[in-house]
This record gives sequence, structure tokens and C-alpha cells, in this order.
Amino acid sequence: MTTTPTPTVGKATGPNDALLVVENLGKSFGGHEVLGGINVTVRAGEFMCIVGPSGAGKTTLLQCLSGLTAPTTGAVTLRGERVTEPPAEMAIVFQDYSRSLMPWLSVLDNVALPLRSAKIGKAERTEKAMAALTEVGLKDHVHKYPWQLSGGMQQRVAIARALAYAPSIVLMDEPFASVDAQTRADLEDLTLNVKRHLGITILLVTHDIDEAVYLADRVLVMGKKPTVVVDLVETHLGPHRDQIATKATREFAELRSRVYKQIRRDDLTNSAGSIAAVG
Amino acid sequence: MKRLMAVVWESWLPILLVVLWLVLSARSASFYFPPLASILERLGEEWFFDGIVENLVPSLLRILVGFGLALVVGIVVGVVLGLLPRFEEAIRPLLEFLRSTPGVALLPIATLFLGIGDGMKVFMIALASMWPILLNTIDGVRSVEPVLLRVASSYRLSLKHRIRYIYVPHSAPQIFAGARLSLAIAAVVMVVTEMIGSPGGIGYFILDSQRTFNILNMWSGIVMLGVLGYLLNFGFRLVEAHILDWHIKKNS
Ligand SMILES: Nc1ncnc2c1ncn2[C@@H]1O[C@H](COP(=O)(O)OP(=O)(O)OP(=O)(O)O)[C@@H](O)[C@H]1O
Ligand SMILES: [Mg+2]
Repeated sequence: MTTTPTPTVGKATGPNDALLVVENLGKSFGGHEVLGGINVTVRAGEFMCIVGPSGAGKTTLLQCLSGLTAPTTGAVTLRGERVTEPPAEMAIVFQDYSRSLMPWLSVLDNVALPLRSAKIGKAERTEKAMAALTEVGLKDHVHKYPWQLSGGMQQRVAIARALAYAPSIVLMDEPFASVDAQTRADLEDLTLNVKRHLGITILLVTHDIDEAVYLADRVLVMGKKPTVVVDLVETHLGPHRDQIATKATREFAELRSRVYKQIRRDDLTNSAGSIAAVG
Repeated sequence: MKRLMAVVWESWLPILLVVLWLVLSARSASFYFPPLASILERLGEEWFFDGIVENLVPSLLRILVGFGLALVVGIVVGVVLGLLPRFEEAIRPLLEFLRSTPGVALLPIATLFLGIGDGMKVFMIALASMWPILLNTIDGVRSVEPVLLRVASSYRLSLKHRIRYIYVPHSAPQIFAGARLSLAIAAVVMVVTEMIGSPGGIGYFILDSQRTFNILNMWSGIVMLGVLGYLLNFGFRLVEAHILDWHIKKNS
């Protein structure tokens, strides 16, 4: 085993081994059932995208997966161990990037802060934070405050913070929702590159079906009320993707229409249900 | 050039007032309101440098120690109470009661137990000026962005680091706003406790001069008090500008 600074999975896991297992996960808020029994297994090293309508409970699901919120029923296990608090090998990129960075810390200090609590010495902390910031192309902005950067750059700081933490799995909640289209495409490719380079597992929530298909090895479609898994689509688009070429392929078009139909069908059954209830 | 303009803009009114005072009082024959020129002359004789050593330095030390204690206790207790909302609710009536009791009202009790020495003075300054810092710290800690707390949990930040890198810096602008008020209270309490206390200190000097009808000395003491207040405020602003660098830039 070599000691390269690349954060990779330390323990023995092959590419198709189960990393994160979600069994019958349900979550209610005061009698209001949001998640109604989610079952899914995330494989080590895969890129899984989660799509579903607004309010379906995608953020809630990520919070349960990370141990930030306790599920009402069911369980989450990471490498066979029950998740009850945020695991050390998991990092999260939050939906609200501008509010998830500390405005009083420089970019470098923001990225290095989690390492401080992990009792990593100053020199090593700085080295790891710099490596992560270089990975996301921000090495010339490390001494600025986050709010001095553009939205897309702030999101890259949040990604660098996750990478510096050397996780084996990263959860991302609509990470590119509030940046412009060009920045969004850049960040998508950056994420794909980083994932390939570091061999981490990524679970990414998005509203955007194109984005989900473009990024994912598998797309998890959520729907119905209370929310369950309505489909799990394997993309088979290979490890190398291109914003123009990949999106122009027939496979891509088929995948996106399959996911789109799942979400629409689910919308229709929902409204049919509510009409029936009224009548 | 911009800096120069700022200095001019800030100082025209004080300069005008001093000049007015100088001119209007120049031929004053009143025993109680002597000419400013005579006051300044006395200031030079009386304060440089014996008076500074005997009276200004003790006052300065008292207010710095007292205010420093108020800062430390106010922030530490404020963070603890801010992190324990249930406990804070339970003792809130007590806090409100203590806060709304004017600090100097406790002076008779304080002299009873602590005498009239430096211990009592520093204690009174700290006690009376602590409240704005304490209450603002509690508010600041309470109002931390929930997303940041989720970040802290998910990246397993230790409690020490949450306090040092999230709660305290988030509250810092509010703590400084409270501390500014506290500093003003501290100056008042300093003068009052010195007036009832033992020799050594600007407050004592002013009252003693008045009692012995040394009106020029009294006025020179009042002017020195103004200078001390100005210097304290200036120092405060320097520290604030340094610590709240991010906040000032972000909001400009
Ligand atoms: N802490 C909470 N207390 C009560 N209800 C909550 C709480 N958190 C979420 N909910 C409810 O759970 C449902 C799902 O919310 P969630 O934020 O998980 O949806 P989402 O799929 O992430 O939506 P979006 O795509 O808009 O981000 C919503 O109806 C919301 O009102
Ligand atoms: Mg959400």
C-alpha cells in the first residue's frame, strides 16, 4: 500500500461491493409521513444521482443517510455499521453553499477547519487543504474570504472542503442549482473528474434530469406520497463523458425520457389520487 | 487625500467647539468658569507628568482590568447560556432583574464587603459593565445559521472548535456592539467609585479639587477625563477594526 495523498477507500472494497445500505427507511415529521420505506444499496465507487420532485424528501433522505437526522423507521448501514451520527469517512456538500461556508474564515481556513478537529497538524492540514483547492482550480484564491468569490467558486470551496476531508463517500444536495448554465456544466465535469481521480463514491441530489443522467452510473428516481423509490436506472454511459457528445447520443436520449416518464407518471398518479379524494 | 478628508470631516466640530470655548471664556472673571487658556496651562503643570503617574495610570489600569473582566466573564457565561437555552430560560428572570438594577446601586454593599480599595472599584466596574456583553453574546450564539451547525456536525467539529470558529466569530459583531456600551458604563462606574474611594485616580482628583475650591485643578481633571475617554474609544476601534475585518469589508 503506497501513501499517496489521494483520499481513497482504505478498507477492502471492490467496485461492486455494497458501501451504503438503506433498508426500509421511513421518516415522518409529527405524523406527516415524508419518506415511506426507501430501499437502496449504494456500491463502492459509483456515482448515484437522486432525482425527484420538489418536496419529495431528497434533502431529508440525505440527512438520514448522513446521520444528521434519525430515521423514524428502518436503518442505514455504512460498511455494515449502523449510521447513528455523521461517519468520519463521509462528507457533505450542502444545498446552500453560500450559507455553508464561514464568512469570517479565509477560503483556506474554511477547507482546513474539519482537519483541525480531526487532530491533523498544521503543516499537514495546510498541505491537504491546498491539494484539495488545487484540485478544484482555486489555488490562487486561498487567502480570500468566500464571499469575495463568485457563486460557482464558492461552491468549489465547499467541494474542496469535502475532498480535503478525505472521505470515501460524498453526499451532495443540489450542489449546482444556483449557478449559471456554463458554470454548472464546468462544475459537473469537475465533479466527474474528481470522482474518477480520487475513486470516491458520490451520491448527488438534483432536480435536473439531464444532469442526473449525464453524471450518474445509476439514477435513483423518487416519487409517490409518501416517497419511495420508483425506479433505479443503470446508465452504462461509461467513465468518460462529454457535455456535447454524450448528450447527443441515442442512449442518453432514451435514458432521459425513461426517467422523465417515471417522474411524470408519478405526478399523474398523484393528481389522480387527489381528484379521487376530492370527488 | 481621502483619509485627510475623513479626518477633517470628523474633527471640524470638536475643533470649532474648543475654539468657541477658548474665545468665549477668554475674559471670564467667574470663579467657577475660568478661561480655558488657564485650564490648559494648569493641565500642563498638574498632569505632565506627576498627575499622569499618580492619577491617570491608576484610573486607566482599573478600567482596563474591570472592563477586561467584564469581557471575559460576559463572553464565557454568554456562550454557556447561549448553548443551554433551557437553563437560560430558567434563570432569565434573575438575569433581567440583575441587569435592570443600576450597577452603582450596589456600591454601598460592595464597600461593606470589599472596602474602598482597588478590589471594590474593579469589581464594580466589571459587574456594572458586564450586562450588555453577556446579553449580546447570548443573542449572538442563538442566532448562528442552522446550516453552519449542520456543517459542524457532519464534519465532526469538536465543541471547542465549534465555539472558537463558529459561535464566537458569528457573535463577534454583536459582542462588539455590546462592548462599546459596556465601555461607556465602565467609564462612569470608574469615576463614581473613585469619587467615594481612596486617593489616586481621576475621579478622586476631580472631587478633591472641588472640595478644596481648586477650580482650575477640577477643570483640568475633567479635561483629562475626556482625553482618557477618547483614547479608550480610539483603542477600542482599533481592536474592533482588526477583529471584525471580515465583517466590515463584507458590509461595505
Ligand atoms: N424539520 C422538518 N420539520 C417538519 N417538516 C419537514 C422538516 N424537514 C422537511 N420537512 C418536510 O418534508 C418534506 C420534504 O422536504 P425536503 O426538504 O426533504 O424535500 P426536497 O425533496 O429536498 O425538496 P427540494 O427539492 O425543494 O429541496 C417537505 O414537505 C417538508 O416540508
Ligand atoms: Mg432539498
